[in-house]
Amino acid sequence: MPLINARRAKRRGPRRFTSRDLAVIGVLLGIPILLDLALIWGPTLASIGLSFTNWDGIGDIQWVGIDNYKTLFTDYPPFWPAVRNNLLWVAFLGCVATPFGLLLAVLLDKGVRFSRFYQSTLYMPVVLSLAIVGFIAQLIFSRDQGALNAILANKDNPVDWLGDPELNIWMVLLAAAWRHTGYVMILYLAGLKSVDPSLKEAAAIDGASETQTFFRVVLPTLRPVNVIVGVITVIEALRAFDIVYAINHGRNGLELLSVLVTDNIIGEASRIGFGSAIAVVLLTVSMGFIVTYLVQELRGGKKG
Amino acid sequence: MAPSLSGHRISRRALLRGTAAGAGAVALPTLLTACGGPGNEVKIGSNASDAVPRKAFAEVFNAYEKKSDKKVKVNTVNHEAFQEGINRYLKGTPDDVFMWFAGYRMQFFAEQGQLAEISDLWKGFDGFSDALKAQSSGKDGKQYLVPYYYYPWAVFYRKSVFAQRGYEVPKTFDEFRALAKRMDKDGLDAIAFGDKDGWPAMGTFDYLNMRANGYDFHISLMGGKESWTDPRVKNVFDLWRGLMPYHQKGGNGRTWQEAAQSLAQKKSGMAVFGLPHPGQQFSDADREDLDFFAFPEIDSAYGQDAVEAPIDGFLLAKKSKRQKEGKELLKYLATPAAEEIYLKRDPNNIAVNDGASTSSYNALQKKAVDLVSNAKQISQFMDRDTRPDFASQVMIRAIQQFINKPNDIDSLTKDIESQKKTIFAAN
Repeated sequence: MPLINARRAKRRGPRRFTSRDLAVIGVLLGIPILLDLALIWGPTLASIGLSFTNWDGIGDIQWVGIDNYKTLFTDYPPFWPAVRNNLLWVAFLGCVATPFGLLLAVLLDKGVRFSRFYQSTLYMPVVLSLAIVGFIAQLIFSRDQGALNAILANKDNPVDWLGDPELNIWMVLLAAAWRHTGYVMILYLAGLKSVDPSLKEAAAIDGASETQTFFRVVLPTLRPVNVIVGVITVIEALRAFDIVYAINHGRNGLELLSVLVTDNIIGEASRIGFGSAIAVVLLTVSMGFIVTYLVQELRGGKKG
Repeated sequence: MAPSLSGHRISRRALLRGTAAGAGAVALPTLLTACGGPGNEVKIGSNASDAVPRKAFAEVFNAYEKKSDKKVKVNTVNHEAFQEGINRYLKGTPDDVFMWFAGYRMQFFAEQGQLAEISDLWKGFDGFSDALKAQSSGKDGKQYLVPYYYYPWAVFYRKSVFAQRGYEVPKTFDEFRALAKRMDKDGLDAIAFGDKDGWPAMGTFDYLNMRANGYDFHISLMGGKESWTDPRVKNVFDLWRGLMPYHQKGGNGRTWQEAAQSLAQKKSGMAVFGLPHPGQQFSDADREDLDFFAFPEIDSAYGQDAVEAPIDGFLLAKKSKRQKEGKELLKYLATPAAEEIYLKRDPNNIAVNDGASTSSYNALQKKAVDLVSNAKQISQFMDRDTRPDFASQVMIRAIQQFINKPNDIDSLTKDIESQKKTIFAAN
């Protein structure tokens, strides 16, 4: 009883924190902030700083100004293919895999027969790490021993799915989309379940067709899910790494910015300054996407 | 294929190590009294993660433990991951003694001051040739490496295929090309080829370059002292381009293991490999059938003088607090006996020490010994003879690009040269 009284008293009175409250808030907010500064902002700023230096990880750090960036843009052949592939990744996941996931979610939500079975089958790849998806992709697409060429039975001139730089990125995107679709589907499925059925009924009474109902009524109510899916799609696309690394270390047509960062910093090359410059580019690109997207979503959210 | 899987393994190991360290802090006092202080133990950083070498090394270290009543603690890390992490490894807390490679790749770390000098040990060593000593020395002329074994590169083939079709071992490049053409006509892929991992094709480049331009040019090219737009380099790519039609198609999509399997399955006729590579993909019954010949002569001025034979060995970390114990272990590893124990278990390499008995060698190993001992020069391998960042960041890509489009040599070499300049200017 005294506890409830105390609480009431507090609620009624002016909002003031006791020193104990302040200490608790200080610790509870302070520790995460410190961790955030130390583990996220620290390394980020360090990367930006290091990107203007020349450092092999062992010897002295030399200041080289914007040399790394100059080299990166003009004299590092894998760079532009990596940028292009990263953007392709965003476009493919965003324009093909995500809408497809939405379509599947809608179909399943309508309650097709065996929908539980489809649901679990389509969701299955999501539990696999992309590295594993990369290994599976090799079993399927390998030129000499892959399943796909065995099915096509084209022994004289088999297609080099993973070795041909014009072709392999699409195969990898397919494999990545295989996993991404299931992920998106499950998110939308959860969202669709929460849409109030009376909305649809009302729309039907007003004479809206099924497509109209979906695009004008259901999809807008899914706004929170849309935000999440959009952010996830962009992040998944920009941080893509393990699948191409598992396949061929991200070379020969499969370049990605994340791979170039790893190759330069973590690999034996140990060009930490140069690798940091690539990381800064990746950071800028991701910030660009995420910030624009969030600003738009938040603004739209307020209006709605 | 291994690295990313092993990445998980490592992080898990790191986690375990962290937990162990926490637990160790509690248990440390009792442990210390139990094993009589750290002076009794030597730690070895091992990149021998494959089953066969791992077991073979374990026997060597066991033998040393028995001989010296020292404890040897082996820290095995996945081969590729060890390579990729070598910088951080040396900078952090390296084990006392660790496995690494000879040549430029070792000199690089010697220059950085990460390796302990062992010139005093070398004075007592027996059975190592001058070529070996040169490969174990830093640019300052001091010794840092105890060489352990090497595995020469050559052109591998199946005896039965050659016998059945009446092929003869080619001595010159023209004969080699003619043979390749004949195999092509017989429906074989003349040269098995897989460069998905990026490094296997480097062996072919190295041999073409050493046969056409000589060992000295090769080394100075790798050392960044020659221009890649030099007509001599273009000639190497030109020669290679002439061979491309006889290489197995789709090399960039095939691992070297798959290439070796096609040799084992008699689908292809020859393959440029190192000694341990093809054998692993052959069944026990077929291994007898495997044979090799030295890479054919291109310019008679250089003949078949140079042999590409990477050397693996042991180094002592400068940071190690057990220099004395480390050196004792190195001294043991330099003996013929220590090499014999290893090679009995892993017959895919050959000993570097002249004193090591060859009685347990198979025919292929014996032939490899001949090849190496008749060599006038021994090169390591492209990624061991040049800066690691140049090999991994520029050459892997350049060679894969060449495999895709063998006709664009001019722009390719220009590309390599301009990147080489930035990288070699960096330090």
